[in-house]
Amino acid sequence: MHELTAILVSMVLSATPLLLAAAGELVTEKSGVLNLGVEGMMIGGAVIGFAVAWTTGSPALGFTAAALAGVALAALFGVLTLFFLANQVATGLALTIFGLGLSALIGKPYIGKPLPSLPQLYIPGVTDIPVIGPLIFGQDAIVYLSVAATVAIGWFLSRTRAGLILRSVGENHDAAHALGYPVRRIRFLAVLFGGAMSGLGGAYLSLAYTPLWSEGMTAGRGWIALALVVFATWKPWRLLFGAYLFGFFSIAQLHAQGAGVSIPPEFLSMLPYLATILVLVIISRDAKRIRLNAPAALGKVFRATA
Amino acid sequence: MSLAGDTGGETARLRLRGITKRYPGTVANKSIDLTVMPGELHALLGENGAGKSTLVKIIYGVVTADEGEILWEGTPIAAHDPASARKLGIGMVFQHFTLFETLTVTENIALGLDDQRDMRALRRKIDETARRYGMALDPDRHVHDLAVGERQRVEIVRCLMQEPKLLIMDEPTSVLAPQEVERLFETLRRLAAEGCSILYISHKLGEIMALCQRATVLRQGKVTAQCDPRQETSASLARMMVGSDVLAVKRPEEHQGGGEALTVTDLAMEPDDPFGTRLDHVFLTVRVGEILGIAGVAGNGQTELLRALAGEKLAPGRDAIRIDGKSVGHLGPTGRRARGVAFVPEERLGRGAVAELTLAENALLTAYLDGNVGAGMVKQGTVRKFATAIVKDYNVVCAGIDAEARSLSGGNMQKFIIGREILQRPRILIAAHPTWGVDVGAALTIHEALIRLRDAGAAVLVVSEDLDELFEICDRIAVMSKGRLSEPKRVGDTDIDEIGLLMGGLFAEAPAEVSHAAD
Amino acid sequence: MPRIRLEPRAQSSRWATYLSPVLAVVLTLIGTAVLFGILGRDPIAAYRAFFIDPLSTFYGVGELGVKSAPLILCAIGLAIGFRANVWNIGAEGQFIVGAICGGGVGLFYEPMLGPATLPAMFIAGALGGLVWAGIPALLKTQFNANEILTSLMLTYVAELLLRFLVRGPWRDPQGYNFPQTKAFDGYAVIEPFFSGTRVGLGAVLALIAVAGGWFLLSRSFLGYQIKVIGLTPAAAAYAGFSQKRITWFVLTLSGGLAGIAGVNEVAGPIGQILPVISPGYGFTAIIVAFLGRLHPFGILLAGLLIALSYLGGEAAQISLDLPVAVVGVFQGMLLFFLLACELLVRYRVRLGPATAESAA
Repeated sequence: MHELTAILVSMVLSATPLLLAAAGELVTEKSGVLNLGVEGMMIGGAVIGFAVAWTTGSPALGFTAAALAGVALAALFGVLTLFFLANQVATGLALTIFGLGLSALIGKPYIGKPLPSLPQLYIPGVTDIPVIGPLIFGQDAIVYLSVAATVAIGWFLSRTRAGLILRSVGENHDAAHALGYPVRRIRFLAVLFGGAMSGLGGAYLSLAYTPLWSEGMTAGRGWIALALVVFATWKPWRLLFGAYLFGFFSIAQLHAQGAGVSIPPEFLSMLPYLATILVLVIISRDAKRIRLNAPAALGKVFRATA
Repeated sequence: MSLAGDTGGETARLRLRGITKRYPGTVANKSIDLTVMPGELHALLGENGAGKSTLVKIIYGVVTADEGEILWEGTPIAAHDPASARKLGIGMVFQHFTLFETLTVTENIALGLDDQRDMRALRRKIDETARRYGMALDPDRHVHDLAVGERQRVEIVRCLMQEPKLLIMDEPTSVLAPQEVERLFETLRRLAAEGCSILYISHKLGEIMALCQRATVLRQGKVTAQCDPRQETSASLARMMVGSDVLAVKRPEEHQGGGEALTVTDLAMEPDDPFGTRLDHVFLTVRVGEILGIAGVAGNGQTELLRALAGEKLAPGRDAIRIDGKSVGHLGPTGRRARGVAFVPEERLGRGAVAELTLAENALLTAYLDGNVGAGMVKQGTVRKFATAIVKDYNVVCAGIDAEARSLSGGNMQKFIIGREILQRPRILIAAHPTWGVDVGAALTIHEALIRLRDAGAAVLVVSEDLDELFEICDRIAVMSKGRLSEPKRVGDTDIDEIGLLMGGLFAEAPAEVSHAAD
Repeated sequence: MPRIRLEPRAQSSRWATYLSPVLAVVLTLIGTAVLFGILGRDPIAAYRAFFIDPLSTFYGVGELGVKSAPLILCAIGLAIGFRANVWNIGAEGQFIVGAICGGGVGLFYEPMLGPATLPAMFIAGALGGLVWAGIPALLKTQFNANEILTSLMLTYVAELLLRFLVRGPWRDPQGYNFPQTKAFDGYAVIEPFFSGTRVGLGAVLALIAVAGGWFLLSRSFLGYQIKVIGLTPAAAAYAGFSQKRITWFVLTLSGGLAGIAGVNEVAGPIGQILPVISPGYGFTAIIVAFLGRLHPFGILLAGLLIALSYLGGEAAQISLDLPVAVVGVFQGMLLFFLLACELLVRYRVRLGPATAESAA
């Protein structure tokens, strides 16, 4: 029982950064922009979040700063792709490389410094219920935020006028432009939002998952988040499920070792990456479903024809 | 309705004065004056490229003029964008639909309106409005499920919901069958009777003569004439549009056609695109020395048929498509090209040619079996000679064969592509919409080239939405509707009305037992 | 206030094609100077440490060849792929697998193969990288899976595989328990060309790759197909060019080249297999490819410049106590500026009359 609780709780911890980053990227992609720089924005958020939290002693400030760092990096991407009309794939890669390098530079003085972990919810009586208690009622604020944000995004996209407009921009930017909607502005805002979420996701890694900073600590999670968006066929509800599934894969190897499974640890560590490939293949096979769900203008450059 | 500028009494609903718009390398609109009265059906007439689309985009606020002023009901309009245009009461139905395929009709209409509306109330209003004007529309369907004519209705209803005082329609009938056109005209006449002005853009003279009370003619960005189309003839209108008597292609005696060059037997194919059309038991024969035309409104399976013929999508059975009697259904484009088929696609830049490559490089695109490649290497000299020949023989206006393809005008690019295909001496040429969006001079060159090719003994298949073009150059015509192909008729034995009926889908079921021997 | 307008050019600008990388480099140097300033270092001294000092010794120039060879080998393959719009981001993984396969042959079969060892190692390495890149190719052509994600995931897998081998079954029994294999010896060693340097066969291979790449892209029909597919896939379909075949070709080619680079790295400069055998060559090669504007000769120059930045980073760390991470920032900045300057090739910047396209 205790073991099960530990596994489920660590699954949640592992899933939360993925969920945050993927939810942000989903909004970005729904508006028609493919931002491959999620890894760069996450690690940017991780390092800034840690630095600020360490210096000010306040994790809340750390998270805020991390979100802003994500926004700043995303703004760089947005300017290049939306105003300089640069290729989205190349720019996203550039953002990742730049983010990794810059974060290593900024994070140097903070290596090895410890931080206290985040306070967790405790409702006397409720949190003590075996398994379910700590799982649902014993998490830290950001976990609840990540789920709430995903739900809110789902509601925003399908029920609000602004969400409808965003979807239309991702579906057919020429038509949206002809109807008078500010395509670039909408996309830029969506990109910034994605940056903020990725920054938060990264900060969760350095402030909660392992309250430490180390170079390259995102270890490819940004890329997994990108795969998650495809896995979810751009639907927020599915994203929730997918993030937790991947969270599970990520921690499976740790617990398997503990359980005395004799597979070498390196192979277990491969699980999340292999799972990502598998999931991608399964989803991509169904070209028709992709066509009906993927924002049709995804990755295409929008040129305002005067 | 007076013909002169001011009506002395009634204020014009819309007045344009001296509108000028420049783009790099061209002036789209030169000092244009236009007056539309309330309740008037006003045509904006001109060839492709005359500046009509730009002008209405300026009226609607998508584009801002460089000079000139716009007066709405006597008052000048200052800063202007589509949202404020809609508020004034200007509605626009675009030529290229501004619809979002994966969204529902209601959502699409909501996007075209400006205020927050309760979706449920909106659905009811859509239903009411559509019914009032005699157009059936289901608010909950997704646009990708709708046929082209239905999609246009979505665009129109969207405008009508705002109770417009001026409705601009940009080439609305390019996607409609003749009977649907008549229905549209009834709706427009009803609107005009209620006081709404209609600005109707088209290059189709017959329609304008049937519908409109006044016409402003644009040529090369300038207003060249104003008239009452009901009192003009096609010839006089055409002269106003083009500036000289339109030269008709000399129609030589109809050709009988020899042996079967290209044969399609019982072809059935699912579309790749979930929004595409299924091909349903298509039978087709193109004979040596004839031009067979396929008429039909876009979206009835032409694209799928063309892909199947080109080999971009392989047929389910190798015998479904035969060239000179030999099965080729299993061959891709290269294999078919090797057997003498050449193909002119619908899209020029983006399929027929690569915009960023030079003309010399584009010449190789389909000519790589014609001695231009040896041992895996490109023979640069030979390719360049070929490109030069195309440019010369087809009068392609360009800055040399090293000019990038995108620097050419539409007509010249089309001439280059047709020239490239024909100069490879194909036995069979398939041309999709060969003169779409092309100026009159280039269209003439292309039509003459097709006829020359036919006379030299090739089999030519032309797919087009332009019935005038088909009746001009074809020997036989068939109609594509909802994925099925009608029995071809000799051009002399039929007329536009009959073809129009066929385009509406009214032909015999499953022509499987119908013999397709020579007519 | 007049708005800045972007006017598409009818023809790509020739001078901008050559000048934009130069402009990007200049802007990056300015940016790095600012960075040095922020880090509290004298920019001039930092520049000298970064760009001049590494080349001041014979050994240093040799190191330029050592570091640029894998970059150029990988970048040529990547550039050919990018031109075809195939985004191989997993060159790092293919590099590693190549090193494993080729290195494995060298470690365990050298006595048996004798003089044939080195060629066998290279063949094995090329095949290893080729197969590792073949996986994303298969997944893309059969299942439509995006090659960016699949090739990248495989990189992480390859890194873990390497770590496993070097810590486990391949660990040198006489290595004092360090995670490393025994050193290559006998015929499995790639000797440097010049004593006092480490530069050897790799540099030659890189030059061959440059020449071969140029030949492929500018003269061969396959190169033509690659260009068409990358620019306008619909036109390639119309022409009858096989997307699948080209995807396979460019991926396996870049995988093979990366694999060769990997073998060369372990059997040459490093001399054994370690848990980490690359400072991110596979990723940096992406920058090299773009900086060289996807052209083999440009890649040659870009490879040298980027290699210099690696050396510079190491040198600056020693002489000025500058963190090595500056190199990553330099490279990322360079790529950003390059992408921005790219604009000039396709568009003209105009301060024109205000036109209110409701685009923003």
